[in-house]
Amino acid sequence: MQGTNSLMKTLGLLQGPQTLGKGKPFWSAFTLVVALACAYPLFADGYDVGNNVYFFNWAFMALGLSLIWGYGGTLSFGQTAFFGVAGYTYGVISINFGDAYGLTIFALVASVAAAALLAAALGYFLFFGRISGVFLGIVTLSVTLVLERFMAQTAGPEWRVGAARLNGYNGMGGMPSLTIPWFGSDIVLFPDVQLYYFTLALLIACYLGLRILVNSRFGNVLVAIRENPQRAEMLGYDIRVYQLVTFIIGSALAGLSGVLYTSWGNYITPASMGMTAAALPIVWVAVGGRSDLTTTLIGAMLVLAGFQALTIHGSQYALVVMGALLVLTVLIAPRGLVFGLGTLVAGLVNRKPKRQGE
Amino acid sequence: MTVLFSIFSFLYQTGDAFAFLVLSACGLAIIFGMMGVINLAHGEFIMCGAYVCAAAARAGLPLPIAILAGALAAGFAGMVIERIIIRPLYDRPLDTIVATWGVSMVVTQGTLILLGSTMPGTGTPFGSFTVGPYSYSVYRVVLMVAALGTLGLLWVGFTKTRFGVLARATIQVPHIAQALGVNTGLVYSLTFGLGAALAGLAGGLYAPTMTLVPTMGSAFVVEAFVTVVVGGADIFLGTAPAALVLGAVKASLTSWQGQLAGQIGLLVAVIIVIRILPRGISGWILRERT
Repeated sequence: MQGTNSLMKTLGLLQGPQTLGKGKPFWSAFTLVVALACAYPLFADGYDVGNNVYFFNWAFMALGLSLIWGYGGTLSFGQTAFFGVAGYTYGVISINFGDAYGLTIFALVASVAAAALLAAALGYFLFFGRISGVFLGIVTLSVTLVLERFMAQTAGPEWRVGAARLNGYNGMGGMPSLTIPWFGSDIVLFPDVQLYYFTLALLIACYLGLRILVNSRFGNVLVAIRENPQRAEMLGYDIRVYQLVTFIIGSALAGLSGVLYTSWGNYITPASMGMTAAALPIVWVAVGGRSDLTTTLIGAMLVLAGFQALTIHGSQYALVVMGALLVLTVLIAPRGLVFGLGTLVAGLVNRKPKRQGE
Repeated sequence: MTVLFSIFSFLYQTGDAFAFLVLSACGLAIIFGMMGVINLAHGEFIMCGAYVCAAAARAGLPLPIAILAGALAAGFAGMVIERIIIRPLYDRPLDTIVATWGVSMVVTQGTLILLGSTMPGTGTPFGSFTVGPYSYSVYRVVLMVAALGTLGLLWVGFTKTRFGVLARATIQVPHIAQALGVNTGLVYSLTFGLGAALAGLAGGLYAPTMTLVPTMGSAFVVEAFVTVVVGGADIFLGTAPAALVLGAVKASLTSWQGQLAGQIGLLVAVIIVIRILPRGISGWILRERT
C-alpha cells in the first residue's frame, strides 16, 4: 500500500493475509451483494423484510465466534451466555426507563457492555489460569447451561428488577423496540424496512471492522497464537492478553446479537441460553468455515435459511439435520464447506491459491 | 443429639452428592484421561442407559439386571460411535468435541421423535429409614456404595488385569505399544466403550429416581464436566477427590440456599479452582510427588 496517511493504511487492511477475497473481483462481488441487500426491501413486503431481519440478528454472534474460535483457536461453546445476558439486560433497562430520548440506544450500549464485562471476568479466570483447548469449551458451556437454569427458575413475582419481571421459563416480554431519536418524531425500529436498514448497516460495519482487525497487527498475532501458542509466547507476546481481548470482542458481538434479537421480537427466554441454542452457532460457524469471516457469514446465512425452511416443513427433524450436518462437516470438510468452495473459486480467479495449510 | 443428627444429615448429603458426581463423571473422565477426547454426547449415553434400564425393569427384569443392561447398551452404542465418528479424529482432539456435540443433538432430538417427550419410569425401591427427625432414602445409600464399588472395580481393572496394562501402555506410548503387538485400535474402542458403559451405568442407577425425558442427560453433564475439569486427567487421583470436595461444597450450599445455589456455587468454585490449579487436582498431586 502506498497510502501515506493513517486512514488509507487502515482501509488497506480491509484485505490482507487473514481474509479470503481481495482485488477487484471480490470487492465488485461485495458491492453487488450489498446493493442487492439494499434493494431487497423495494421488491418485498415490509412484513417479510422485518421477519428476515431475524437472519441478520444472528450474524453478529457468528462473526464473534469466528473471531474467537476460527482466528483465536479458542473453543468457546458458551457464546449464548453473553447473548442471553445482553438480551435480559436490554429488557430490564428498556422496560424500566422506556424508549424516550434515545434511552433504548443507551440500553443497547449498556447491555453489550454488560456482556463484555461478564466475558472479561470469566475470561480473566480462564486465560490467566491458562485453561486451554477442551476445558475452555466445557467451562464456557457449563456457564451458559447454569445461566439457563438460573433464569428458568425466576418465575415467581419476587424475581423482578424495578418494573421488569423475569418470568422464568416463559421468558421476558414487553420491552420496547430500539428507537432512534430524530427531528420531529422518533424512529421506532419495529420489524420493518427501517430496522432492516439499521441492522444491515450495523452488520456491514461490523464485518468490515473485523476484517480490518484481523488483518492488523493484532489479528496477525492472534493467528500466530492459534498456530503455535508456545512460539508466539517465545517471541515475546503475552498470549493471555490477546486471547482475553479477542474473547471480550467476540462476546460483545454475541451480546449485540442478543440485544437486536430481544428488540426485534420484544421477547427473550432462558431457552436462548440452553444446550440446543448453544449448539446452533457452532453449526453455523463450523459449516461455513470458521477461519474466515466471509465464509462464516455466508455459511451462517445458508444454514439459518436451511434451518428455517426445515422448521417450517418438518420442524422436529431440523435439529437432527443440524447435528448430522455438524458431524459430517467435521469428518469431511473440517475447515468448512463454504471455505473449501471459497478457496476453490479464489484459486480459479487468481490462478494461485490464497492460503495454504492451517 | 441434635448436633449428631445434623452431622449425619450433612454426611448423607455430601455422600449423595459425591455418588452423583463420581457416577456421572467417571465415564467422561476415563475417555478424557485415556484418550484426550471430551465426549459431549456423554449425557446421551447416560440417557441411553436410563431408558434401557427403565424399559428392561418394566419388562419384568430385576432392577440390578436392568441397570447392567442399560450399561451394556450404552457401552455398545459407544463402541459403534467410536468406530464411525471418533476414530478418524484422533489426531484432531478439538474436533472430536464438536463432532460428539453433533451426535448429542441427533440423539436427543431422535429420541424425542421416536419415543416421545417422556417415558414411564420405575419407582424408587427400598423405601426409607429415619435418623432423628429426618428420614432418608435407602436407595441413595445404595448409590453411594455403588459409586465406591465402581471406583474400586476400575482401580482393580486398570492395575491388575491384562486389559488395564495394555490400555495404560497404549495411552502412554501408542507407537511402541503397537510395535509390541498390542491391537491399539481395539484398546481405544474398548476404552471408549467402557467410558460409555459407565455413563450408561450412571443412567441406569439414577433411572429409578428421575423423570425420563430425552434431555435428561443435560442434568448430569454440567456436574460431570466440572468434576473432570477440577479433577484433571487421572480418575483415581483426580475425579474421586474432586468429587469429594465438590460434593461437600454442593451439599452445604444446597442445604443452605437450595439446589440452584448448589449448582451455581459448584461452577464458581470450579472457575476459581482452575485459576489456582490449572491442571486439576491430579496434576497438582502428581507434581507434588515428583
